[in-house]
Amino acid sequence: MSGPLLDIRGLTIGIPNRSGPPVQIVRDLSFDILPGEIFGLVGESGSGKSASALALMGLNRRPLTTLRGQALYGGQDLLAMSRRSMRKLRGDRISMIFQEPMSALNPLARIGRQIAEMFVLHRGLSWSEAGPKAVEALAAVQVPDPEGRARAYPHQLSGGLRQRVMIAMAMACGPDLLIADEPTTALDVTVQAEVLRLIRGLCERQGTAVLLISHDLGVIAQMCQRVGVMANGRLLELRDAKALFTDPRHPYTQGLLAALPRLGSRATEGRHRLADLDMAIDRDAPDFAATYLCPRGEAA
Amino acid sequence: MGRYILRRLLQMIPTLLAVAALIFLIFSVLPGSFAGTMTGGGRRALSPELVAQINAQFGLDKPLPVRFWDYLVRLAQFDLGTSFRTREPVVDLIAARIWPSLQLALSAMALAVTVGIPLGFLAAMRPGSLLDSITMIGAVSGLSMPQFWLGLLLMYVFALQLGWLPSFGYGDGRLRNLILPAIALGFAPLALLARTTRAGVLEVMGSDHIRTAMAKGTSPAQMIRWHVLRNVMVLIVTTLGLQIGSLLGQALVIEKLFSWPGLGSLMVDSVAIRDIPVVQGTILVIVLWFLVINVLVDVIYAVIDPRISLR
Amino acid sequence: MRMPFRLNLTLGLALVSLVILGAVFAPLLTPHDPILDADLMNSEMPPSWDHWFGTDSQGRDVFARVLYGARVSLTIGIVAQAINSTIGIALGLSAGYWGGWWDDVVNGLTNLMLAIPSLVFALAIMAVLGPGVPSLLIALGLTNWSWSCRITRSAVMSLKSQGYVQAARTLGYGDIRIMLTQLLPNIVGPVLVMATLGIGEAVLAEAALSFLGLGIRPPAPSWGNMLTDAREAIRSVPWATIFPGLAVFVTVLGFNLLGDGMRDWLDPRMQVRA
Repeated sequence: MSGPLLDIRGLTIGIPNRSGPPVQIVRDLSFDILPGEIFGLVGESGSGKSASALALMGLNRRPLTTLRGQALYGGQDLLAMSRRSMRKLRGDRISMIFQEPMSALNPLARIGRQIAEMFVLHRGLSWSEAGPKAVEALAAVQVPDPEGRARAYPHQLSGGLRQRVMIAMAMACGPDLLIADEPTTALDVTVQAEVLRLIRGLCERQGTAVLLISHDLGVIAQMCQRVGVMANGRLLELRDAKALFTDPRHPYTQGLLAALPRLGSRATEGRHRLADLDMAIDRDAPDFAATYLCPRGEAA
Repeated sequence: MGRYILRRLLQMIPTLLAVAALIFLIFSVLPGSFAGTMTGGGRRALSPELVAQINAQFGLDKPLPVRFWDYLVRLAQFDLGTSFRTREPVVDLIAARIWPSLQLALSAMALAVTVGIPLGFLAAMRPGSLLDSITMIGAVSGLSMPQFWLGLLLMYVFALQLGWLPSFGYGDGRLRNLILPAIALGFAPLALLARTTRAGVLEVMGSDHIRTAMAKGTSPAQMIRWHVLRNVMVLIVTTLGLQIGSLLGQALVIEKLFSWPGLGSLMVDSVAIRDIPVVQGTILVIVLWFLVINVLVDVIYAVIDPRISLR
Repeated sequence: MRMPFRLNLTLGLALVSLVILGAVFAPLLTPHDPILDADLMNSEMPPSWDHWFGTDSQGRDVFARVLYGARVSLTIGIVAQAINSTIGIALGLSAGYWGGWWDDVVNGLTNLMLAIPSLVFALAIMAVLGPGVPSLLIALGLTNWSWSCRITRSAVMSLKSQGYVQAARTLGYGDIRIMLTQLLPNIVGPVLVMATLGIGEAVLAEAALSFLGLGIRPPAPSWGNMLTDAREAIRSVPWATIFPGLAVFVTVLGFNLLGDGMRDWLDPRMQVRA
């Protein structure tokens, strides 16, 4: 078995707090991502999954009070890297797509130009050379009429198309790792499946690994080989996807799964609502602090 | 585009008419007779014949609606009437003042733009820094300072004490004469632009697409060039337009203080001697300027922001 | 960026209080009379223990004139802005609530007022009415209401579809009652901010008009006409120019900081926009 693409060890993130001491939003997070695999990170909002992803990219908005741990990529620690070398990696080797396709694109720049930037930045192409490459990239994410769309502005595109543009941008340089932070949450259900299929297809073809962050267990189940469950800034369970969904160990995971509507079941019967879930789980119980971290290659 | 501009320019006509009507109405309720004002401040008793003669000469003996109609008809022919004082056509008086006025207003604006916008940018790049604090304190001070007081202080220091620059006068439009009034007039718009730019940059830098740009691996310089500059312009173009549009009106006091032969001092002087046709004329020109600049701003807005379409 | 907004509010409040106290307690703060103490033997004296701000070219105490001038400036600033706010709120409330042709009329009027620079308009009115305090109140009170009106109108338009306003309507409340008891309390914040900033603008405009000889008639002390007098003698009596202008500056700065601070306080999101 080859070594991991990204090895995160003991990631701890603290943010300043107006009233009181700094808050640790991620505590001692450790997991690794293998080359080409789709790794899911699941948890409710505020569980620290997005903050972890942003920290890996060095994109946190506000200054962090603490950033401890390591994120080893090809022997280098992403968290300790200089800004300049981090910039070289960002977009080229590690790229990211965000939840809000409506606002993630520059409203005043043409789509083609925004994609072309990737080739200018990381492949040293001129703008005129990068233009056709941008159209190719749009075609690769199955955008109809890529040449016309390249000349369009973001507001002229639907949410689904904009997310495809984001994907085209993120995949333009054939990265080793794509971090997808709730990529389909803001989209219509019908579009969600297409976008997910697109991400999986592209990544398989280019050998790109994916860190898929979602609160949606359905999405995770559909996409991932391995899954980490996060709550309160900690990783509670790290399992093979199949094992996790058939035999959840942690009470929190069990609660999450119980809240999922099952195919064929009536929505109202035998299903916890998410609000009940929150009540049902006692986060201070000693049991809650236990973690179920299984090694890679765990038997399903 | 051409059609849009033409339509917008035509749409200014009702506003101009309304302004004309408003000032006509205000001045027609003026207490005291024009004749009295004209012949020496109304201190002496005038013979009724003389008053009647003067009123007839300026058409003041007719009823108000007739006078207003006459006024509009003349306005449509670009005839703003005749000055009570000099008996010259108001159009000629105004035409002679427009260039000095524009010279002063545009120099002030050039100063405000070339200093205010970069200053706002630099301040926003390092929020909370010393430069930022100084800029923000300077901005609120600039907006609170009476411009004519600033003019007086500049005059005192640079003209009277140091003797570097002339203290007043047009000086045939030499740059030396322009500097002090332009600084005095441009300081408030400079302050406002610095503030608006800073706020605009912070707003843009906080938006989601900047995070995308960073995730792409842009350097700070590339990010600003590609993703910030234009977005900030969209946010400040309205403020910029309002400032340019109101500058002719703002210049009243500064022009008077520096004896600058512009529209503002023409209006102030005419108000003092109640030369009503000239006052009406200058107000109309000042309003026209505001409206034209407004149309221009909307066009520029549509050019730099693809989300706006001209209809 | 938390510190500056506290600073705004505190400093603004301090400056405004300073000016108000100075105006109210003027007779206690100076033994000199602003008008009658003209003493040519004592003219053009630089600032000293007896005359904190010096004396002007007619021998009057500049400190006393600045203090008494504050009464004029504050009165005109506050009353004129009160008139502006009343007009702006009344028009904005009714236009936003009723809509229809009345909204069109108010909108047209607002655009008209915005097109005429308020100082130009005020100057024209002063030309008609002649100098004096009542004329100033009319000229400044009728010409600067358009922004209050716009802000009120847009706030009311977004408020009126909300549940509690609809509820009041179903309960059979009259229109005026809904406007005054349901809508007005919810727009008090932005309206107060506009009013505070407007007082500063009115003080500036009064100073400008008085400086042009169209505001307060001399010898009554007003910061604007003090500057007109001082301008003649700026070379020999610079302090007579510096202090009245400084008084305008401090007053307007106080109201501006107070307005900004209130805005930040009411709506923390606005801090960045400032």
